[in-house]
Amino acid sequence: MPDTTAEAAGWTGRSLPRVEDAALLTGRGRYIDDLGTPPGTLHAAILRSGHGHARIESIDTSKARALPGVAAVLTGAEIQAMTASLVVGVRAPVECWPIATDRLRYMGEPVAVVVAVDRYVAEDALDLIELRVTPLPPVLDPLAALAAEAPVLHEGLGGNLASDRRFRYGDPEAAFAAAPHRIGIAIAYPRNACTPIETYGVLAQYDAAESGYDILANFQGPFSIHAVIARALKVPGNRLRLRTPPDSGGSFGVKQGVFPYMVLMAAAARATGRPVKWVEDRLEHLAASSCATNRVTRLEAAVEADGRVTALDWDQVEDCGAHLRAPEPATLYRMHGNMTGAYAIRHVALRNRVVLTNKAPTGLNRGFGGPQVYFALERLMQRIAVTLGLDPLAVIRRNLVPAEAFPYRTATGALLDSGDYATAMERALREGGHDALLRRREAARAAGKHYGIGYAAVVEPSVSNMGYISTVLTPAERRRAGPKNGAQATATVSADPLGGITVQVASVPQGQGHRTVLAQVVADALGLRPQDVRVVTELDTARDAWSIASGNYASRFAPAVAGAAQIAATRLRDKLARIAATQMNLPAGALEFAEGKIRARGNPENALPFARVASASHWAPGTLPEGLEHGIRETAFWTPPELTAPNEADEVNSSLCHGFIFDFCGVEIDPETLAIRVDRYVTMHDCGRILHPGMVEGQVSGGFAHALGAALYEEHRYAGDGSLETGTFADYLVPTPTEMPELVILHHETPSPFTPLGAKGVGEGNCMSTPACIGNAVADALGLADVTLPVTPSRLAAHLLPAEAPPAGRAARPAAKPGERGLFGEGMAEVAAPPEKLWAILFDPETLRAIVPGAHSVERVSDTHFRAEVTLGVGPVKGRYTVALELLDPEPPRAVTLRGTAEGALGGGGGEGHVTLEPLPDGGTRIAYRYEAAVGGKVAAIGGRLLDGAARVVIGQFFAALARHAAGGAAPARRGFRAWLRRLLGWRA
Amino acid sequence: MKPAAFDYLRAATQEEALEALARAGGEARILAGGQSLLPMLNMRLARPRVLVDIMRIPGLDGVAVEKGSLRIGAAARQAALLARPGLAAEQPLLAEAMPWIGHAQTRSRGTLCGSIAHADPSAELPLLLLALEGEVALRSRRRARRVAAQDFFTGLMSTAREEDEMIEAIHIPLAHPGEGHAFAEIGRRHGDFAIIACAARVREGAVRLAVGGVADRPVARAMPGLDSPELDAALEALGWELEARDDLHASAAYRRAMLRRLGRAVIARAAAEVR
Amino acid sequence: MPLLPAGRRHRVAFILNGVAVEADCEPRALLSDVLRHSLAATGTHVGCEHGVCGACTVQIDGVPARACLTLAVQVEGAALRTVEGLGTPDRLSILQQCFREEHGLQCGFCTPGILMSLDALLRENPSPSEQDLKENLSGHLCRCTGYAPILRAARRAAERLKDAEHA
Repeated sequence: MPDTTAEAAGWTGRSLPRVEDAALLTGRGRYIDDLGTPPGTLHAAILRSGHGHARIESIDTSKARALPGVAAVLTGAEIQAMTASLVVGVRAPVECWPIATDRLRYMGEPVAVVVAVDRYVAEDALDLIELRVTPLPPVLDPLAALAAEAPVLHEGLGGNLASDRRFRYGDPEAAFAAAPHRIGIAIAYPRNACTPIETYGVLAQYDAAESGYDILANFQGPFSIHAVIARALKVPGNRLRLRTPPDSGGSFGVKQGVFPYMVLMAAAARATGRPVKWVEDRLEHLAASSCATNRVTRLEAAVEADGRVTALDWDQVEDCGAHLRAPEPATLYRMHGNMTGAYAIRHVALRNRVVLTNKAPTGLNRGFGGPQVYFALERLMQRIAVTLGLDPLAVIRRNLVPAEAFPYRTATGALLDSGDYATAMERALREGGHDALLRRREAARAAGKHYGIGYAAVVEPSVSNMGYISTVLTPAERRRAGPKNGAQATATVSADPLGGITVQVASVPQGQGHRTVLAQVVADALGLRPQDVRVVTELDTARDAWSIASGNYASRFAPAVAGAAQIAATRLRDKLARIAATQMNLPAGALEFAEGKIRARGNPENALPFARVASASHWAPGTLPEGLEHGIRETAFWTPPELTAPNEADEVNSSLCHGFIFDFCGVEIDPETLAIRVDRYVTMHDCGRILHPGMVEGQVSGGFAHALGAALYEEHRYAGDGSLETGTFADYLVPTPTEMPELVILHHETPSPFTPLGAKGVGEGNCMSTPACIGNAVADALGLADVTLPVTPSRLAAHLLPAEAPPAGRAARPAAKPGERGLFGEGMAEVAAPPEKLWAILFDPETLRAIVPGAHSVERVSDTHFRAEVTLGVGPVKGRYTVALELLDPEPPRAVTLRGTAEGALGGGGGEGHVTLEPLPDGGTRIAYRYEAAVGGKVAAIGGRLLDGAARVVIGQFFAALARHAAGGAAPARRGFRAWLRRLLGWRA
Repeated sequence: MKPAAFDYLRAATQEEALEALARAGGEARILAGGQSLLPMLNMRLARPRVLVDIMRIPGLDGVAVEKGSLRIGAAARQAALLARPGLAAEQPLLAEAMPWIGHAQTRSRGTLCGSIAHADPSAELPLLLLALEGEVALRSRRRARRVAAQDFFTGLMSTAREEDEMIEAIHIPLAHPGEGHAFAEIGRRHGDFAIIACAARVREGAVRLAVGGVADRPVARAMPGLDSPELDAALEALGWELEARDDLHASAAYRRAMLRRLGRAVIARAAAEVR
Repeated sequence: MPLLPAGRRHRVAFILNGVAVEADCEPRALLSDVLRHSLAATGTHVGCEHGVCGACTVQIDGVPARACLTLAVQVEGAALRTVEGLGTPDRLSILQQCFREEHGLQCGFCTPGILMSLDALLRENPSPSEQDLKENLSGHLCRCTGYAPILRAARRAAERLKDAEHA
């Protein structure tokens, strides 16, 4: 065999400039929205739910359809007629449609798709769709969703629990009984998402002659989803051609979630007979694309006196949002083999429940399941140290998997491929300046500051076993379904008639520089320069080699895809060596590939140009050596044998590679403002062999930024009525350069024995370690037992600020429930008109029209029911609403309860107010009034800051006008009116 | 996220702009830098029938000293004022606080008067105008008038501007010799809207404190001096009076606490400048 | 007085990267859309359409501005510069070269906006402090790099531009 190993040639492992960059730096990238569209392409916009939970009463699309430029308006019923439900990952009688059919289950859920000549017109048509709904009580909290009385999202499930599995490894009961300490922690991990700066994009076409679909989308994989889409579109797999653009503007897992829109746009293309393009906007993205799961975890450890953990007892309640959308509940099972983290813990009890709530469906997100697990596990390790009075480092050291134990089979089934955790940790402490950090903490505390140090040790899994998700099924269910396992990586290396080399892989990069690394790896294999190798990463399922594991997720590129490319290149090289050998009259084993030549080892003068040999199979196939087919094209499919299906004991090697990370950090909290500052952060990585140091650093630095966001800034928040409150980048806060601390990155390489190049994944690790590390530092700084993410100054205020009491005379406002957007108010005024006159006004549509703010019309539906069309707003923010007003329990002319709802494009609200009219001795009336209201919907998501005030203004205007009208003129108010109005508005200007 | 349709008028003169406002009967919005209005148009929160672009009106972007005040024209951009030589001497509070407004990429287009007209309760410029007892010059076809900042901001994104009026300029008094100023703000990140912002001015022993981000509009009060035993109680009372609300980014209790701390801190810094 | 009625397309003329261009658009058309879809200048990217992410940052008459917060009709007669005007793949500008050398980009989607901001900043302030750079870049969101490589690229560009000036 020729001896031209990658190490000898040496492109791999160097930080070469990226081949991607020249185009991207000059505005010549080819992202999905930069590609041309076929003639006649239509543009889609989506009407989305403004409710967390509601029943659809009617959808009238006639006005929207009539708008010039609109080609079609498709509702759930029309989509259902063309498609089938998306496959759901658990055995349960529940469907998952990409559009609402009978009910709205989360804010942002698609309700109708408008297809029009351009996006502006399509959005105009959205405004003309008349959607009538009846709000239903929502359930947002995963534990509340489990309660018997909780509103049920999917009747077929009979409740909100989609899956409940218990696992037992070793003998956890005995270990807990024998241990002197049982130490636990309870965690509610929040929702967040990596929000790529490029949003989703889809261009769908339908070929009626072939009954097939052609969909271009910035989808990232896994291509197991191809099967889900084909089944939803009711076509065989070969009638669904799925293509990806050359460039993609980031994903971090999130662009897996574009697939329901691929189904919607494909159906729209079929319905209109025209190509349909949709580019998601940021509001849509933040409300409804995809995000990580929020999870409630209770974790307990059986602990020896020296800090040694002998058993863990996990109880995880996973919130997947309103639909169990493929590949969920994968977030919960991705870590299944790694539930003991970096520690040698042999006994594990585990209960996994999956619940559905009125929030957006979840999906892939950088770290995928790791952050939720490690925040609990690493916070627990810190709690163990505090509880037992031990050094947190000593507790970590005592439990790490020992270096001599690799490959190490964890209690739950993972096979940890390689590592030396203790050495990596000690090196990090030494090279990262841990002693200096301890002194820094001491000095800061002596100066009266809040300063804490945190640690985290995690195992970072990569290259997912495509069978791990089947752990959600019982062994019996798995037997019926057939085994699922492995992770096929594919790569094709081909030679063209001029001897040029092209590499095609099904890796679907989203900015990671795959083309550069593949050029390095293949150039090394063939003795070429990277610039001689052309790498194509856009995927076309109709033409390219691919499999279900194709795509860009689970940090699989370096360990799996780059390895497959090396295998394909090596096969091609071996063939070319045999061709060259016959021409040079040498044995193939005496040849080497170097400097663009195939030459005799030890005699570089005896050489053939690489291109000449590589092109020979095209021009002169008759001259090939006996028994050799050709040397044109080699496709390698590589799947690691270690990735076996879950066994009867539910043990699963959920991932092929396991990197190691040890982090420590110093955090200071400003005693005045409670601002949290990460003072120093050190992260040590063992990601196996490093193929491109610059890119590895970029992955670590970028993952750290996401994790810092998760720790301190980012959260998808919902109000109690199901309204999303973080619908813009002004409220969903991601770190900018001013928020980023300096990051010290260290490496300790132990190559993986299981991957062709010895590499492991590296991009997700800090998303797993950093939130826990920062959380531990905050806990250390403030002596807290519980740390809730994201850690914000306002959250710390509850711990750090002295209790306050409202001044005398100021009633404490009823505390809003967590996340609830409650409005309360009351008021009083005296007007110069008798109660009877005021009473008449309340029941007279004509007068109501005059006093309801912004009313266009008021119609009396029954004696006590009114319907009004109004334009409401504050400042420039205006919207048209349909208001239903009901007068309850009237006691003429003394008291009445008003119940109202308002529905409009900007959102909706409802409330109840009680009004009493008390006659005064002088013939006037004292109006007393109190109300309770809630507003939500689109405005809540994009301008929550402004919402409460706006509602108060409108309610205030109503009563001001009532009083004015009752007095019969422009200057009605008598004593107290201005004060009443001010009080009503809630402000004392 | 595309705006609803509107007519666009590129006004060549102020007369044209005023005439358009008068004709539109509340259905027009002035378009200046657009940095507050365009997001609302894109989200279809605002749907004016006509936009009146005033940025081509000659002379409207002037910044000049006039009778002891800085007169800042309707088309003057925030970046232009920030780059004005001598601003730190003319009005140090503006020079200190203006870098907190948004980002360089929005200050480059955004106008001062536009931010005043928008009257966001968390924005810095309304707070500064109020802290410095500035005035807003309004003009319509009917009349021209000046409104004190104290009376201009009437509520959440609501002002004393009538629908046919445009802000022609704002007037911000120059710093008096011997007075001290300070500004402080807490936001979640750099460039975010304020959770709370405080501006203090100390002049001849009189302390004026303005607070933004807490109530539905910026609020200014005379405060006891730094050495007064009454100061803490006054800050405490102001915190409750402003009826701070819980929102996504901070609790009411946090806002009240920060008002006590930040309020005292800016008063201390302003007082220190005097000495 | 030019009144451009809604619902109709109007001719807008301006200079784009030194070349006179025209586009027909409705008054409500965003500059970002007109650059990308009418003028094929797709290097300017759209990330949020509410002025926060910075991906659409261009230079209007020399100063950085959000194309998503600008109507195309507003730039009538103005001189615009976009990433396409900075350099070409075989002739990268110094700033672009530094981004390449420091791995200041991954997916590259936010990069054009960042380049336009830094290009303007370094022209105005050739010796920016670390804080100047961070504050300027806080008007941009990047989700790939963690910003450290971007800041390194910016520092390197500042130094090299100064050297180029002195040379």
